[in-house]
Amino acid sequence: MTKHSERLYLYPVWVRIWHMTNAILCLILIITGLSIQFSNPSTVVKFNAAVAVHNISGIILSISYLVFFFGNLVTPNGFHYVIPVKGFLNRLLRQFRYYTIGIFRREQPPFPVTEESKFNPLQQVTYVLLMYVLVPFVIISGWGLLYPEITISGILGLSGLDMTDLLHITAGFGISIIMCVHVYFCTIGKTPTSNFRSMIDGYHESH
Amino acid sequence: MVYKTNLRPAWVVMVLVLLSALAFTWLKTSDSAPLETSTAEEIKPVKVDLSKFTNAVENEKCFRCHGQTKYSYMTSDSSKTVTKRMYTELVMDRDIFYVSNHREFKCTDCHSEDYGTFPHPNELRMEAIATCIDCHGGDEKYAKFQFEKIESEFLASAHSEKHSEDFTCWMCHDAHEYRINARTNENLKETITYDNMICLNCHGDVRNYQLLTTKAKPNILQKHEWLPNQVSHFTNVRCIECHTRNNDTLEVAHHVVPKEEAVRKCESCHSKNSILYASLYKYQVSEKIEKEGLVKGLLLGDTTTIGPDKNNTLNIISLVIFGMTLLFIIIHAAFRMKK
Repeated sequence: MTKHSERLYLYPVWVRIWHMTNAILCLILIITGLSIQFSNPSTVVKFNAAVAVHNISGIILSISYLVFFFGNLVTPNGFHYVIPVKGFLNRLLRQFRYYTIGIFRREQPPFPVTEESKFNPLQQVTYVLLMYVLVPFVIISGWGLLYPEITISGILGLSGLDMTDLLHITAGFGISIIMCVHVYFCTIGKTPTSNFRSMIDGYHESH
Repeated sequence: MVYKTNLRPAWVVMVLVLLSALAFTWLKTSDSAPLETSTAEEIKPVKVDLSKFTNAVENEKCFRCHGQTKYSYMTSDSSKTVTKRMYTELVMDRDIFYVSNHREFKCTDCHSEDYGTFPHPNELRMEAIATCIDCHGGDEKYAKFQFEKIESEFLASAHSEKHSEDFTCWMCHDAHEYRINARTNENLKETITYDNMICLNCHGDVRNYQLLTTKAKPNILQKHEWLPNQVSHFTNVRCIECHTRNNDTLEVAHHVVPKEEAVRKCESCHSKNSILYASLYKYQVSEKIEKEGLVKGLLLGDTTTIGPDKNNTLNIISLVIFGMTLLFIIIHAAFRMKK
């Protein structure tokens, strides 16, 4: 296993700016998305205001995603999202065991954070699913709802707009759940707040 | 740090986008009814077989002249045939009449038998034209449609109040042409287009608009500039949904309100208690639910309004998943603090 230092510079400036932008946009999109989904004359955020903010945030998120996508193609940060296939299931189970049993026994994490590998196997799967499946889905379906005239009017006897709506809210819901778990798991660090600090100063503090 | 190839997750997205684009192109080309081309012409009735109608032969005596833009007659001394233009408002289209609600009627059921002679007697010009309530009012057969209530709503409407007796039911429901759509047509888009064309017949055509006013015809698109996704709204919502006072007990609301009172709040439609479910979707939803059951009826219908949560089952499932996630976090955190 690679020997790791106490403080590792893992998060370059562009990643931190992107991450912060992404976090704020996701929060706004979740709040306004819920306001639209459960729209009611008595809702705190009014429908038209919620739609306007949701649309603008969605457009910015699309741009932010392109920054992430191409940033990961041209910088070493993308390497962390490559899942080595060999022995992957075994590594996934070891990490899962740690989170469900080992952590309560004060065991050392099976995959400590290193410069070469800042994500553990479970994080890798989640983040790939999040950033390369759910977010593209939510963005594509979001554009489909923003311009309903370009959306297919029917598919297999079902309303195209309804299906796009369903896909959008399902992907959005998936992202919201992952975000809740992500925020909680970030408290699993050297201290409950050290991982949050990492995303501000760029340095990761090992356990 | 060695920078190895890291294209794999990016490939997932690229393949996903490519597949979506291919599927979209394929589906879009086979799409049956693009919104922009959904005009009244598409739902214009096809040529009808007149032999199916009991009174068609009798009615042909009238349609021979009134079914075309020119009519001919012999001079009294039978010396020559004279051809003249028929006044536009006296021309009746057979194809439209024979798909209208009154297609089984004889012309003389409503018009005087004296029209059987030509030239028509002059005094027939004074013949009173029947209104809807003259036939449909007080009739048990039509009681469920509440024509009396429709009339009282109409009399309170902006149309009636502003134009007095000049504005009758005929303005929107010409008895020669009008046909019921919402209750009988399963194609919601056609119903919406048909009903909106009734409004646009005057509000979109200066010749008809200025029959009752000297005002310049307002530009509908400009007046609705505030409305987002105009095309989508105009082709998916009837004008009356926002421009009438909604009355859930009536099949169709007839109380057209002044423009200042029209619905402008998005939540009126985009909410769980959408006014559309009390009017536009009333028949479609109830019939779908009857045929497909509650969940499929609501989910698989052509009743899209972005926003309102139509499907409670999905809401319950999402709440359960969210609740379980929170529970997992709380239990996990509790055990961590306990260690």
